[in-house]
Amino acid sequence: MKKSVVSLKDVSFQYDSEEQYALKSVTFDVYEGEWLAIVGHNGSGKSTTAKLLNGLQFPSEGEISVCGLQLNEETVWDVRKRLGMVFQNPDNQFVGTTVQDDVAFGLENMGIPREEMVERVQDALKKVKMDQFLYQEPHHLSGGQKQRVAIAGVLALRPSIIILDEATSMLDPRGREEVLETVRTLKNEKSLTVISITHDLDEAAKADRIIVMNRGEVYREGTPEEIFSMDEELVKLGLDIPFSVKMSKAFRQQGFQLSKHFLTEEELVTELWTSHSRM
Amino acid sequence: MDISLSNVEYRYQAGTPFERLAIQDVTIDIPSGTYLALIGHTGSGKSTVLQHLNALLQPTLGSVKIGDREVKANEKNKNLRAIRQRVGIVFQFPEHQLFEETVEKDIIFGPMNFGVSENAAKERARVALKQVGLGEEILEKSPFDLSGGQMRRIAIAGVLAMNPDVIVLDEPTAGLDPRGRKEIMDMFYNLHKERNLSTILVTHSMEDAARYADQIVIMQQGRVAKRGTPEEIFSAPEDLVQMGLDVPEVVRFQLKLEEKTGLNLGKIYLSIDELTAAVTKRLGGGVRT
Repeated sequence: MKKSVVSLKDVSFQYDSEEQYALKSVTFDVYEGEWLAIVGHNGSGKSTTAKLLNGLQFPSEGEISVCGLQLNEETVWDVRKRLGMVFQNPDNQFVGTTVQDDVAFGLENMGIPREEMVERVQDALKKVKMDQFLYQEPHHLSGGQKQRVAIAGVLALRPSIIILDEATSMLDPRGREEVLETVRTLKNEKSLTVISITHDLDEAAKADRIIVMNRGEVYREGTPEEIFSMDEELVKLGLDIPFSVKMSKAFRQQGFQLSKHFLTEEELVTELWTSHSRM
Repeated sequence: MDISLSNVEYRYQAGTPFERLAIQDVTIDIPSGTYLALIGHTGSGKSTVLQHLNALLQPTLGSVKIGDREVKANEKNKNLRAIRQRVGIVFQFPEHQLFEETVEKDIIFGPMNFGVSENAAKERARVALKQVGLGEEILEKSPFDLSGGQMRRIAIAGVLAMNPDVIVLDEPTAGLDPRGRKEIMDMFYNLHKERNLSTILVTHSMEDAARYADQIVIMQQGRVAKRGTPEEIFSAPEDLVQMGLDVPEVVRFQLKLEEKTGLNLGKIYLSIDELTAAVTKRLGGGVRT
């Protein structure tokens, strides 16, 4: 039985200045240990959802619970210990003058005793492979390194859920891979639950489950296979299809009979190779 | 307008203990009408090169020729404004630079700053707005009430309203959704053709470099590591891999396929359609029953 760690029930939200709802009766669960990707066009409500989960905003209607706690102004601090967030811009999330001070910031806020703090900071930085940079100034790091420090800041609080809010969108390809690899390893080692809000469909293809948002509503939910079989419908929603799926389609058009649309290049190459060698 | 960099070196904070060599011996010709993609790692010197293209930075060695002006090291270079009018730079996340009360005021700020009359500037704003795919009803709105994608377009319109001959784009689609990305890239490509602009695109996307550029320059550790057409650059994928850079998805796929099947297609294909057609031809029609 899958255990729900985050649950949204009929959640709606309206920004003060706007007539339209940014979110309209959104309902979904996030299950323990999964990697959930939330995709959608700019303005589809993805980032608003993230802000609500972390109590940066509260729903106009509906309920959110995180690890069994109903999220409201009283529980928001407890919720934030369980659910950490990494934002888009690596330069906007530093408060400390050195890497270790930055990671310690959240712990200081929680009133953690010094000895434990030192240990947790080192432990967190080791996990993101940034323990060689304790005394560096954060703004001298590369984008990928900065985001890994931001992740360490979150990990030090020992959350069970981590939200990546377009956390790799400002990074170069190498930085992006560094960050995703770090989170993947952490997830596998610690049964961390990951919610990744992203435009990167090749990243979403590697998730356990995908939610597609459109104009403030949940449009579709399913495994990557299910979602990417939506095909041109995704393009209409302002999204795209992963490269290997495009490639599968193009080979079909050329007359190849493939058993399915492939989500990884390796699978597609293997299929082409087997079909070729049988000819 | 032709631009050429000759043996350009740039040192940040030259003559201080913080001096840092950013680029050296950079020679790049950009004849009028070229679409050039500048690629390389973060820290490879791309942004430093970019800032020489409209004399925001002046070389510490060598010279930069922009149209009929030459900006040389160790010389007082006066009246650089004329250059900046002709070379428009769209910086990363340009929407962060919006500041006026209304969209119209924001767009006309640049041209008026260069001495265009208010009426003429407003006319340009209308044209530029159309070019970025927005309607005139937006002119009186506050730029801060718009969506991120719209704000990006307004900021771009502000650059277009200067009627530049050369447009420099620094990661213009970062943070946009896939549709927005394609729309913006297609828009710049159409402008490039229609207005006969020179376009310089700084990007991490090998797909965009392969699709739009006629010339690619790869920067590495402050130097030009390689230059050529997309076909030339991507036909030596091992060089890119060695520099820690990606190759376009299609090329990566072709390499994997060739490695696994032992097939040798004889040349590198840069689009999905060309590649699948070539593979099909080689595998004899492809239809398997």
